[in-house]
Amino acid sequence: MNWIAIAVTFELALLTAAVLLIVGLPIAYWLTFSKWRWKFIVESVVALPLVLPPTVLGFYILVAIGPHSPIGRFYSDVVGHPLPFTFEGLLLASILYSLPFAVQPFAAAFAQVDHRLIEASWTLGVSKLKTFFRLIAPLSMAGLITGAVLSFAHTLGEFGVVLMVGGNIEGETRTVSIDIYDEVQALNYAGAAKTALLLLAVSYGVLLLVYAMNRKVWAVWPQH
Amino acid sequence: MIRTMIALCLFVIVGVGLAAAEELTIAAASDLNFVFREIVTEYEKVSGDQVRLTLGSSGNFFAQIQNGAPFDLYFSADISYPKKLEEAGLAVSGSLYPYAIGRIVLWTGNESHLDLSKGLEVLREPTVKKIAIANPKHAPYGRAAVAAMEHVQVYERVKDKLVLGENISQAAQFVESGAADVGIIALSLALASPMQAAGHYWEIPADAHPRIEQGAVILMGGKNQEGAKAFLSFIQGAQGQAMMKRYGFLAPSPR
Repeated sequence: MNWIAIAVTFELALLTAAVLLIVGLPIAYWLTFSKWRWKFIVESVVALPLVLPPTVLGFYILVAIGPHSPIGRFYSDVVGHPLPFTFEGLLLASILYSLPFAVQPFAAAFAQVDHRLIEASWTLGVSKLKTFFRLIAPLSMAGLITGAVLSFAHTLGEFGVVLMVGGNIEGETRTVSIDIYDEVQALNYAGAAKTALLLLAVSYGVLLLVYAMNRKVWAVWPQH
Repeated sequence: MIRTMIALCLFVIVGVGLAAAEELTIAAASDLNFVFREIVTEYEKVSGDQVRLTLGSSGNFFAQIQNGAPFDLYFSADISYPKKLEEAGLAVSGSLYPYAIGRIVLWTGNESHLDLSKGLEVLREPTVKKIAIANPKHAPYGRAAVAAMEHVQVYERVKDKLVLGENISQAAQFVESGAADVGIIALSLALASPMQAAGHYWEIPADAHPRIEQGAVILMGGKNQEGAKAFLSFIQGAQGQAMMKRYGFLAPSPR
């Protein structure tokens, strides 16, 4: 088994889940509590990676961060090397790709919190931020963990996006799913089978965790 | 559980940290799949350097390098790609090296009843349902396969039966697995031991298609130009040439 690819994949998935836990919370909060009439426009954008072909997303990201775009040029001027085909570039792509997998469970969990409790807290003079951390977040814990775990699992298996922006470099952007693809092309079916089995076991384990945690609360997919 | 997680985190940090040491990163066309795994292992033993090898289609690498992919060396199956990179200033000028002439073969599995000695005409047979080739859009070996089929005027007849691999290795895998009945693949892949064990091949005459001139360049975007030079001279040396020859690559024409 290719341990370097496994290490890269787990690092990528852990970091993606961590970033989404931070970035996803305010987005989910806003999506849940905003009264803005056109909110559905933002909701659709957040959900887009669910339906968009990964190659399309990967293509746009590649163009957006490549040396011919202003963002890409700015990055390579500051950091000294271009963003595509690096671990950082792949991380950015994974965050965008897994965004709905974090935000949707977060938002669904926030929506389940009894609104009377939240309003009681506000009327008692507790700030919105404090209300969030002391009331909403603890009551949504299962949803928060679900979102983090799902975005972790989703990143583990991503293929199309990695193929487009990763470039399959060992120790940098060669993830487990790309490694399986490589092994099959090298006709090393035994190697591919071992790695595939590992992914299967981890994916199943992750889903077991999610379902077990959400028993009696809601099914793994928010019913929202 | 927590201890396992910590151990895993440490492992991740150490693993990625090690991989970040001074290394040589090579992008190589898929027809080099088996020979380069051997050459790289040998080179690592001789030089003590570490090589990170990425295999894929030449056209994809060409696009990736233009988008800033950090490879040190690029071995293309079609010399026009590295030439264009050199012209665009993305490759070290003067480093272009025509490393081999490629050949294509018809390949079929041991259980197949096709008589490959009939040559490309065999593709017309009704029992042939699927023919694997590399995607001619971005894989030079796919373009050579299409040219060879056009040369004997079977292309129009069989083009609906073509299945396209993303690169020539995938085309080989399609036919090795039996998913395709016959394939047009690189001789270098047909000579690899897993392919030799699984089937047999017929060499397509070299005059049936434009010459597959393969070229390598050292890239400006890489970080290890010295290592790239050393690897190139290893390929040009007796040991490298012997291995290339074993996989059916004709020696490059003198510059």
